[in-house]
Amino acid sequence: MRLMISHTTTYSYDRPVDYALLQLRLSPRNGPGQSVISWQSLVSGATPQVAYQDHFRNAVELVQMDEGGQTVTITSQGEVETENLNGVIGTGGKVPLWIYRGATPVTTAGPTVRRIAAGAKEALAENTLAGIHQLSSLVGEAVRYEKGTTHVATTAEEAAQAGQGVCQDQAHVLIAAARHLGLPARYVSGYLLLEGQTQQEAGHGWAEVWIDGLGWVGFDVSNEICPDDRYVRVALGRDYSEAAPVRGLRQGDATEELCVSLQVQQ
Amino acid sequence: MTENRFFNEMEAGGGAARAPYAGYAQWFSGEDPRDLLRKSAEAETFFRRIGITFNVYGQKEAQERLIPFDIVPRIISGSEWRLLEKGIEQRVRALNAFLADIYGTQEILRSRRLPEELIARNEAFLPQMVGMVPPGGVYTHIVGTDLVRTGENEFYVLEDNARTPSGVSYMLENRETMLQMFPELFTKMKVRPVSSYPAELRRSLSECAPPNFDGSKPCVAILTPGIHNSAYFEHSFLADQMGAELVESSDLKVVDGKVQMRTTKGYKPIDVVYRRVDDDYLDPLTFNPESMLGVPGIMDVYRAGNITIANAPGTGIADDKALYSYMPDIVEFYTGEKAILKNVPTWRCSEEDSLKYVLDNLKDLVVKEVHGSGGYGMLVGPAASKKELSDFEAKLRAKPGNYVAQPTLALSTVPIMTKKGLAPRHVDLRPYVLVSPGRVHITPGGLTRVALKEGSLVVNSSQGGGTKDTWVLGD
Repeated sequence: MRLMISHTTTYSYDRPVDYALLQLRLSPRNGPGQSVISWQSLVSGATPQVAYQDHFRNAVELVQMDEGGQTVTITSQGEVETENLNGVIGTGGKVPLWIYRGATPVTTAGPTVRRIAAGAKEALAENTLAGIHQLSSLVGEAVRYEKGTTHVATTAEEAAQAGQGVCQDQAHVLIAAARHLGLPARYVSGYLLLEGQTQQEAGHGWAEVWIDGLGWVGFDVSNEICPDDRYVRVALGRDYSEAAPVRGLRQGDATEELCVSLQVQQ
Repeated sequence: MTENRFFNEMEAGGGAARAPYAGYAQWFSGEDPRDLLRKSAEAETFFRRIGITFNVYGQKEAQERLIPFDIVPRIISGSEWRLLEKGIEQRVRALNAFLADIYGTQEILRSRRLPEELIARNEAFLPQMVGMVPPGGVYTHIVGTDLVRTGENEFYVLEDNARTPSGVSYMLENRETMLQMFPELFTKMKVRPVSSYPAELRRSLSECAPPNFDGSKPCVAILTPGIHNSAYFEHSFLADQMGAELVESSDLKVVDGKVQMRTTKGYKPIDVVYRRVDDDYLDPLTFNPESMLGVPGIMDVYRAGNITIANAPGTGIADDKALYSYMPDIVEFYTGEKAILKNVPTWRCSEEDSLKYVLDNLKDLVVKEVHGSGGYGMLVGPAASKKELSDFEAKLRAKPGNYVAQPTLALSTVPIMTKKGLAPRHVDLRPYVLVSPGRVHITPGGLTRVALKEGSLVVNSSQGGGTKDTWVLGD
């Protein structure tokens, strides 16, 4: 499937900003199930500093907001050819697997996450793949999709206790539970084509879990499936903070307003 | 007064001096002890004048104090030094190969020579360094290998200090002081100079310029946490001596894809930064977002090949004291040779049998925190009170994985000058090692730390130790 993506993020501030750096992870990667036909990023209100591949092989750009500016607009757009692999990404990558086994601050399993994880133990002992599917549905039942109840820094345990959250929270809960069960897991940020609508509200996020024999397999709790050819993987990390489309650091106390416009279409 | 079970580096027995000290002993016997004591006092004035002081953490009063200096030099013969040099070079090369491997393909873990948890649970391991080859392949640009001696040919490595060895300013100032006070001694004896260290440091760092550097003379800077840091004196002293810029967080900013320094004429790019700021504080964008000591974006600039960071981020895994116990295997794995310098036998308290042994023999052992340094949080069994022992036992049982234990080594002694004449005191030695692509340079000398209290085995300056000038003879 050929997907056309156009993603514009605008940050506006109520007063001039002296100094701000933005770390962007917005370029989709070539890899299993997807090849990037064309891609470009345009930044206005900020100046590109360096570009490199990070330890997860994410394409990273560092941009600096122009001194005294009040708006930064980042547009990335292009075309990606995708193929349905039923979520199976396979092996590869330089980062040793054990890195994905250790909990990060937001993916540390608390009592609620552990209770969710316990429900999949039996199925897991039979068959890992079936076990993770089971775990994914348990997470979906325990953490209902509900916008506006969590924020970017909400931890997996907090979301699990609240019983609701967005795709990021559901992915974090799945990751925390999988790691608690001894399985390497990671976060993927990317895009999803939702049928019947071009305009998307936000970028998407899901989890990948390592299964011996298969390698990395994607699980999208929010949509109850393994990612297919409607999905585009952009960046990955141990949790959202490492795969986030934009990571920023700003001096001063200006109030920020974020506006995202995203189109994904065939 | 001299206990025979300790190797005395000056005395050969029967009142004769060991060969390296022969010239010094002869000179000493012709001196009036009262003059020498007066010189000791002068040395202190000298240090106060140049401002070498030392901050001690956790002491509110007298935060700045002088590290006591003893005027009797610690003397090492040319042949002893050659052995040490060979051993240190081997060890430092192995450490660099180890770091390259750990942040690369992890052959040593695949071969099961090292347990994976040792790295996986090591907080100093930085995932951000995976797959990144530092400029020139060098991780540990500056190393300060701590050595102790227990006999004529018995040298042990106590710690590798691959992260941020401090104290080199004392090596330089101690020599300067001795040259001023006893010029005649240096005409009598062939002591190898140490004064070229700052120039060597500059050369060594310049040879590790980043991949995208295209000029002829890289700009080298020392990044200090600031005036309140315990080693601030050293940072400013070294910058001055090596002709490098001394910068703080607030002086630096990413401009045009480089880390640049604010000057009166605008921004100036820095090519190599010798940072004395810990990894966690180095870059608030990538590491601790609360850090006010680092440079936002420096890790991005580093990964893009526009700056060299010395020592490389993530090098601290090599200083882990549990990892230390595997150093003989590490040396053999990467060099194919047996380690020349000995490792102190180390019990890893994370292992059940070892923990039992350590608890049973606590009063004879030295117990250290796995991630500790500076002698803080350490137990010296033979010197500890009953209460200290039982308190420590509780700590050990609560978190065994946090500790390793070692036998109490019979550290060699070198005399110090006291009101009653020469008196032996325990010493260690920290030589300073510089690594550039393909080259390991070791300054002939180093910092000798001395436990000033009679019988004490703790030489750390934060625990009441002093220093001596260290002479390597040119024989």
